[in-house]
Amino acid sequence: MTDTVKQNVEAHVEARGFSVYYGSQEAVKKVDLAIPSCQVTAIIGPSGCGKSTFLRAINRMNDLITGCHTQGELFFDGQNVYSGDVDTAVVRRRIGMVFQKPNPFPKSIYDNVAYGPRLHGSYSRRQLDAIVEESLVDAALWDEVKDRLEKNALGLSGGQAQRLCLARALAVKPEMLLMDEPTSALDPKATARIEELIVQLRGRYTIAIVTHNMQQAARVSDMTAFFYEGNLVEFDATKDLFTRPREKRTEDYITGRFG
Amino acid sequence: MHMRTRRFLDRAFTSAACLAVGLMVLFLLFVLGPIFVKGAGAYVFMGTVEHRRMMLDQFDRGNEERVTAEWLDVQQARRPVYEALSAFEKELPGLPAARRKELKPAFKAVREGVAELLGPEPGEPLPALTRKMYGQTRWTKAQEKLKEIRFEESWDYSAGAGRKVLTSRQPLFDGTALAPLFPLLERDARKLLRPRLTFYPRFLTDVSIDAHFFGGIGPEVLGTMYLALGAMLIAVPLGIIAAIYFQEYAKEGPVMTFLRSCVNTLAGVPSIVFGLFGLAFFINTMHVSSGKSVLAGALTLALLVLPTVIRSSEEAIAAVPRAYKEGAMALGAGPWRTILTVILPAALPGILTGIVISMGRAAGETAPIIFTAAVSVGKMIGPTEIASQPTPALSWNLYNLCTEHEAVNEIRHVQFGMAATLVVIVLALNLVAILIRARVARRLKG
Repeated sequence: MTDTVKQNVEAHVEARGFSVYYGSQEAVKKVDLAIPSCQVTAIIGPSGCGKSTFLRAINRMNDLITGCHTQGELFFDGQNVYSGDVDTAVVRRRIGMVFQKPNPFPKSIYDNVAYGPRLHGSYSRRQLDAIVEESLVDAALWDEVKDRLEKNALGLSGGQAQRLCLARALAVKPEMLLMDEPTSALDPKATARIEELIVQLRGRYTIAIVTHNMQQAARVSDMTAFFYEGNLVEFDATKDLFTRPREKRTEDYITGRFG
Repeated sequence: MHMRTRRFLDRAFTSAACLAVGLMVLFLLFVLGPIFVKGAGAYVFMGTVEHRRMMLDQFDRGNEERVTAEWLDVQQARRPVYEALSAFEKELPGLPAARRKELKPAFKAVREGVAELLGPEPGEPLPALTRKMYGQTRWTKAQEKLKEIRFEESWDYSAGAGRKVLTSRQPLFDGTALAPLFPLLERDARKLLRPRLTFYPRFLTDVSIDAHFFGGIGPEVLGTMYLALGAMLIAVPLGIIAAIYFQEYAKEGPVMTFLRSCVNTLAGVPSIVFGLFGLAFFINTMHVSSGKSVLAGALTLALLVLPTVIRSSEEAIAAVPRAYKEGAMALGAGPWRTILTVILPAALPGILTGIVISMGRAAGETAPIIFTAAVSVGKMIGPTEIASQPTPALSWNLYNLCTEHEAVNEIRHVQFGMAATLVVIVLALNLVAILIRARVARRLKG
């Protein structure tokens, strides 16, 4: 069963012997992982296990951190993201990201969503209007904000702000979405809405989500990867990993023996 | 610690803080109060007929017919004064030698006093200096002059420390033809000068006449604007770019530590050193102008405020949440786009505050422009002359008028007017900073 899932779907992101270092400290250790296309892959593990580092390595957000460097290969759509001729701006446009804390810009709701499109092309006002509406509809925020698009985005509630960030990421028409604990700063109701959205977006985007919440991983993901101390311990279909973990450490973690 | 001790300490601390704030407010009132009250005297005062004559002659302002009619009336009222003077002059050679010797210097003083009070006597050739063409234009000053005519001032050192003694001159001239002058001056002073409440708002923009005896402080205000705006035009782009480099591009290391301490040291350098440096570097080495010029002064002031601009901009940029930067980068924005579209707009209130405060500093600095830009008397200069012409400026000319002017005591109202204007300009700039900050902050908060 597990194997069929893996074989039927082509890998969108593939790490081969991929390591990330902070200075001399190895945060992600020679990971081999293939994230399948158009499915939701959850990455779980205790704090400091390297799951966020791995996620941020996919769109090279770790470049911002001084002393951070990588080894091995990480392919996105068949191309090594870390080869010298790669334009990080293009990689980041194709791979959208939603952060742990909602981080709308201190601009209007409209300008937030239009930020990415304006960055990468010149659109007429009408085209931009269409993109903004479409993105906000996809992020299930349109009905709540359609009458106040010119209002500052910092006036939104936490859940709305996070959905705005999602809309902002969708507006550049990415192929993949990275979510770094997208609901850890939200209340249960807002969390439920984000989870619904993930399920809706499944199939259209490749989604990788880092989460501390194992129920969330179980609810929304097709595949789950368990990281521990920088190693990828187990990667399997979600329902298998949670019901029949092959590794002792995975079992200990999901049953709450540590974490 | 006991509850009571703690409470006592709390109260002691609170009252100490209140005391400090109270003292500061008192001090401010003590300093600013007189400056504003006396400075307002340059704009609103009791102006005499001499003021109106002067305005008509020198600035071509006022109703010519009315001023001429008033001047005729006043001349009529003054006739007894001049009659008494000329009668006594005729009488003087006929007096006994001892009495003549006693009265002659006193008469000279009275006559000079009258000329100062009322202007040159009718029929005399017009003096060369404009300041001597008119009597006292301000009533308060005229009253001082009146007193100088009526009383002789001498110093009594018999009690050890010197004491000013005023002796009336009237008894000296009893029985002479000059005797009626004194009651006349005392009684009819208002008829001789016609003081009237005068508003002179154009003090702010008028040129000065005869080294600030008459007219306003226009060239100084304009010069201060040129210097402050010019300094900001140079310092702001440099400062913001440097701040961006420090915050966003530079890698921490010994070079950065060195650069940072350079900026901090620059902020602590005495301003006179900047002035000398400006002279040595911009004028003597770089030859930005053949001598003092607005450009050289603005460059020097820019250097002076640069550390402030850099540091306030750096702080503002550092205060922008990292999440904004990450958000923009994750959408594919390069470093430069991120800075322009997200970081700078979010840092704008802080940067603007730093800029406006620096501008107030540039407007008020004296030492840096002494050698690079300032002249004591100058005309209004046009925008095309900034690279070639020096300019008067409020700060430096305030100092100059209070210390080096040939008649410091005669132009107190100009000194206070300048001080008040400078303080108002700086306060207004700070107010603008607060308003901008509030406005931008509101826009950012939504």
